[in-house]
Amino acid sequence: MNMKKRAQWRTDLVGYAFVLPNLIGFLVFIAGPFLFSLALGFFQWDAVGPMQWVGLQNYIKLAGDSTFKASFLNTFYFTFTAVPLTLGTGLGLALLLNRPLALKTAFRTVFFLPNIVTVASIVIVWQAIYHPTMGPLNMLLASWGVTDLPTWTMDLNWAMPSIVLMSVWLNAGYYMVIFLAALSNVPQTYYEAARIDGAGGLKRFLHVTLPGISPTIFFVLIMAVINSFKVFDQVMLLTKGGPGRATNVLVYYVYTQSFTKYKFGAASAAANVLFLIILIVTIVQYRNQEKWVTY
Amino acid sequence: LKQTQAIGRVVLYVSLVCLSLITLFPLAWMLSGSIKTEATIFNFPIQFIPDVVHWDNYLKAWSMVNFGALFRNSLKISSLVTMGQLFTSTLAAYAFAKIRFRGRDKLFLGYLATMMVPFQVIMIPQFVMFRNLGLANTHLALILPGMFSVFGVFLLKQFFTGIPDELLEAARIDGCGEARTLFTIVVPLSKAAISSLAIFTFKWTWNDFLAPLIYINDKPKMTVPIGLSMFRMENITMYTYIMAGSVISLIPVIVVYIFTQKYLVQGIALTGLKA
Repeated sequence: MNMKKRAQWRTDLVGYAFVLPNLIGFLVFIAGPFLFSLALGFFQWDAVGPMQWVGLQNYIKLAGDSTFKASFLNTFYFTFTAVPLTLGTGLGLALLLNRPLALKTAFRTVFFLPNIVTVASIVIVWQAIYHPTMGPLNMLLASWGVTDLPTWTMDLNWAMPSIVLMSVWLNAGYYMVIFLAALSNVPQTYYEAARIDGAGGLKRFLHVTLPGISPTIFFVLIMAVINSFKVFDQVMLLTKGGPGRATNVLVYYVYTQSFTKYKFGAASAAANVLFLIILIVTIVQYRNQEKWVTY
Repeated sequence: LKQTQAIGRVVLYVSLVCLSLITLFPLAWMLSGSIKTEATIFNFPIQFIPDVVHWDNYLKAWSMVNFGALFRNSLKISSLVTMGQLFTSTLAAYAFAKIRFRGRDKLFLGYLATMMVPFQVIMIPQFVMFRNLGLANTHLALILPGMFSVFGVFLLKQFFTGIPDELLEAARIDGCGEARTLFTIVVPLSKAAISSLAIFTFKWTWNDFLAPLIYINDKPKMTVPIGLSMFRMENITMYTYIMAGSVISLIPVIVVYIFTQKYLVQGIALTGLKA
């Protein structure tokens, strides 16, 4: 008995020794700041003076802040457009490539390439592409006879679509790679069975391919949604939340409130709302998965 | 039937080529813009190779931006973060997967609970902490937090759990301690997972924009994304120089991509399916 107890103690000691380096960092840089952020939401603080307890005031003010509301709606607008378009493009590319092809690797390399470039390095091109008077996009549209050309990133209605288009370009290749792996795992025999049953291309896609990759679609959907709620780089670099607040998204709001206006309490409250949204959306997606995911 | 198949084949290749051209257009146009003049860069229809090639844009961009320092900083930060994260994640993941210490499952649950907390939520407290320590505007503020990631632990733990216990038992009977078991048996068997984690951590850190934006104010300390976007803000209308600078900044990224793309693609498939 004593031997057993000592062995368990030894195991505990070794276990914690292995976890410790990570655990210290985890507590100091992740868990601690997370708890501090939850608390900071109840304080008013300019990061220099004393912290002042304000209870739910920060959250109440957020609900009445029209810029916050705009950033909230813009984040959902971005998510509901960028996610389907990115995943749709990624899946489309994967379906095209999912067969024996000459140059298959070359095509895959090309489609994945945008995903590895640094956003800060490529943004200059997109800024130029969207140039209202001289940019190639409007030049092309004009040459097709389109009049009344949008000014893209400078237009209240077109600024967000501009960000969405750039995001699709940046990320579709990443999801293509995931979908390609998933597609190659769908057993060929299923397709043959469907073919023998006389199922056409569309039917095979709907009844064999989609169910076969539904666990991947589910996982990818959660990931893409979370990432799109965190969108920042493209917005900061391309439009700075503008024009007006047409592309002001939650993270951009948090960033400006904290690091340009030094309202650390209010900014933390907004950040906590962001976390809450991510949490709720993820839980809802998990709850709904039985309805359409086949394992 | 054979004829429709052939037509389908042609349509497929034509669409793939068109999609490739669309995908490559921004990069190709940037390359082309980087050797043009401000007066001709927007010419339409696009002439990809200009009559007079201005390589001097590159010299100009190189002289305006301290690329040496930017690359050095990014390389230093990304390598240290990657090595640190591999080290701490491997040890912790092994303990969570293979050592039955008391409180293990509860502790791991605590890790999982914070998995979805994005950097954007913890950045304010983190910033306050580093500022109070006098470490804002230093590389340490980027390196230290980067060395610890819940995702890394989670990913490797998933992988380590799949390694049969019998293999480890055999090593333990031979008198191997846990550390030796980990490094002589588990790590070699998990090369795929560990190298994917390494490549991804390096890529994320190299491309990270928000954390350096918050922490780093001094130009000599900046990373590539921040330094380059600074250069762009200061010379907002000089498209040719900025494009030349952007091309310079992307050369190492693309070279590394060419050499690691096999592992990158494998890694995405691996992490994409495991999680």
